[in-house]
Amino acid sequence: MDLTILIISLAKIAVVLTVLFTCVAYVVWLERKVAGRIQNRWGPHRTGPFGLLQPAADFLKALFKEDFTPAQVQRPIYFLAPFLAMTLALMSIAVIPFGENVTIAGRTIFFEITDLNIGLLYIFAVTSLGVYGIALAGWSSGSKYSLMGGLRSSAQMISYELGLGFAVVGVLILSGTLSLRGIVNAQSGFWFGIIPKWYIWPQFVGFLVYLTAAFAETNRTPFDLPEAEGELVGGFHTEYSSLKFAMFFTAEYTNMITVACLATLLFFGGWMAPLPWAWVQHVPALVLLGMAALMTRTALRTYRLERRKSYFAVPGLAGIVGLIGLAFLHPVFAAVAAPMFWFASKVFVFLFLYIWVRWSVPRFRYDQLMHLGWKVLLPVAAANILITGLVVAL
Amino acid sequence: MLDQFFFYIFASVILLGGLLTITRRSAVHSAIFLIATLLGIAGLFLHLQAEFLAGVQVILYVGGIMVLFLFVIMLVNLDQAARQRQFNRQWWLALLAAAAVCGEALYGLYRGRGAFTFPGAVPGNMPPNTQAVGNALYQNYMLPFEVASIMLLVAMVGAVVMAKKRL
Amino acid sequence: MPGNYIPILVFLVLAFAFPVVALSLAALVRPSAQSGERLTPYECGIQPVSDSRGRYTVRFYIIAMLFVIFDVETVFLYPWAVQYKALKVFGLVEMLVFLAILLVGYVWLYKKGALEWV
Repeated sequence: MDLTILIISLAKIAVVLTVLFTCVAYVVWLERKVAGRIQNRWGPHRTGPFGLLQPAADFLKALFKEDFTPAQVQRPIYFLAPFLAMTLALMSIAVIPFGENVTIAGRTIFFEITDLNIGLLYIFAVTSLGVYGIALAGWSSGSKYSLMGGLRSSAQMISYELGLGFAVVGVLILSGTLSLRGIVNAQSGFWFGIIPKWYIWPQFVGFLVYLTAAFAETNRTPFDLPEAEGELVGGFHTEYSSLKFAMFFTAEYTNMITVACLATLLFFGGWMAPLPWAWVQHVPALVLLGMAALMTRTALRTYRLERRKSYFAVPGLAGIVGLIGLAFLHPVFAAVAAPMFWFASKVFVFLFLYIWVRWSVPRFRYDQLMHLGWKVLLPVAAANILITGLVVAL
Repeated sequence: MLDQFFFYIFASVILLGGLLTITRRSAVHSAIFLIATLLGIAGLFLHLQAEFLAGVQVILYVGGIMVLFLFVIMLVNLDQAARQRQFNRQWWLALLAAAAVCGEALYGLYRGRGAFTFPGAVPGNMPPNTQAVGNALYQNYMLPFEVASIMLLVAMVGAVVMAKKRL
Repeated sequence: MPGNYIPILVFLVLAFAFPVVALSLAALVRPSAQSGERLTPYECGIQPVSDSRGRYTVRFYIIAMLFVIFDVETVFLYPWAVQYKALKVFGLVEMLVFLAILLVGYVWLYKKGALEWV
């Protein structure tokens, strides 16, 4: 065990954690903006241009808010629960590969923190442990609402964990390995030279089951009854305030990102480009330049309406995006970064889908939720496994 | 050297967790320390290059069975019961029995002390653990596997029959 | 211990350190006045009516039990799926027998209403 390996790991972990926290913060921003637009209003608007500093403002508020510990909580477990939730949410990112392995100057760069042989099993193990964060939070708060919310949330999570487990067996039959990098590599190639061999085509039903189970696992609408404000006050996080509440919140969004990453890895070919043609390699550059142009245009138009100096920061950001887009013209950079671009765009599509579904669909009643998990998803997923098995064997 | 270090870490987690499980007053605390013990066992599996078993240990034991325990503790409100006076008039008999078992175990360990060695270097071309388990289980050990399904069926039926008053 | 689990250990330490640092920082900067109504459990603004440790339904226990059983089944499916191309039709038939027995159990549960509300 080299010291250089340790140092490289440390560097990779630091970079990944930084990027992850930024992503989580801006997924929250995206959610609020998209929610606002769906509800025909602006969303965060005042803090910084386009509300871009809203996550920072929220974090500072959570930091400075008074945090009282009610008298009836069981202290050690009450304090342990947010740590558990947050740490476990972060642990799943350790095995997610972001891009192709590249060899530069004789040294191979691995685009993941580590590639385990049992990558998928590791993620399911961490997800199973995630139930504890919620169950212990609900119990230790000593209030009826928290206990009820915690129990119901845990029961929901374990019911849909089964669906999740069954749904990916089809993918495993096709790919023959539990390693996430192996599963993505098994999806390389094109049928008829044009259709990518992603597992979404043969495993469409499996994908739908996976998506539904994932929505329920992360306690997102339409499955967010255990933490719904109207029904159970706050559910398991009623008695938590300020930063501890923010930890649960962050853990939920991190879980969302993990699930979105898994969906792209398992069903959408991870970091592989969707079409095999030569001009596709220019798409990242074009998209990024287009984004930069759009950002500049929107900022200038909004400045004309609002006359706030802060809008001049956006063309600066747009400039950075544009520079990255131009860098894609350099072949070495393109070889390293293009897979990450495709991966990031697919994950973004899933996160947008999550947010879109949340603000368009009413939530399930608890018995409807359980009915779906036990009586619909399990048989459907099992049938999917059998049919996949039959087709592959024959 | 690093091998031994990890072994002792996991072993101490297991033993400490076990000790704390049986000495806590609150049932939930005991459950949490039991979780720590089971995670230590998963670590030991990992140390023995059995990664699939480590993953399965976490998923099933920690993520399933301990959740069941916690649900029962929370539902039945065992903490309340634990604070009432336990009857332990026969503590001397328990001590005697424990000492007898402990003596037997120590004697067995003493007789077999030549067999305790750390495993040698692992050959580099071992098949991944999952594939190896799959091969073994579904080709050589098919019958125990099918019997396991019957046991699961029995467990399913038993759980529901015992839990529901009016079926 | 296999070499590629070391980064996970390092990651675990860092991932645990982050909330610790954040919460300690917060504990230093925030005001804290532990007194009064703030210390009672929340019940929509009224006085709490009863202790939270009432009786809850047995359905949670049934779900947890069934979850363990089906989880074991899922875990049996993983090595089978990974080795599927090597086991071919023999493996398929084997697993069909396994799943058929568990299907009998599942149908029984369905009919008996053990999955109701659940």
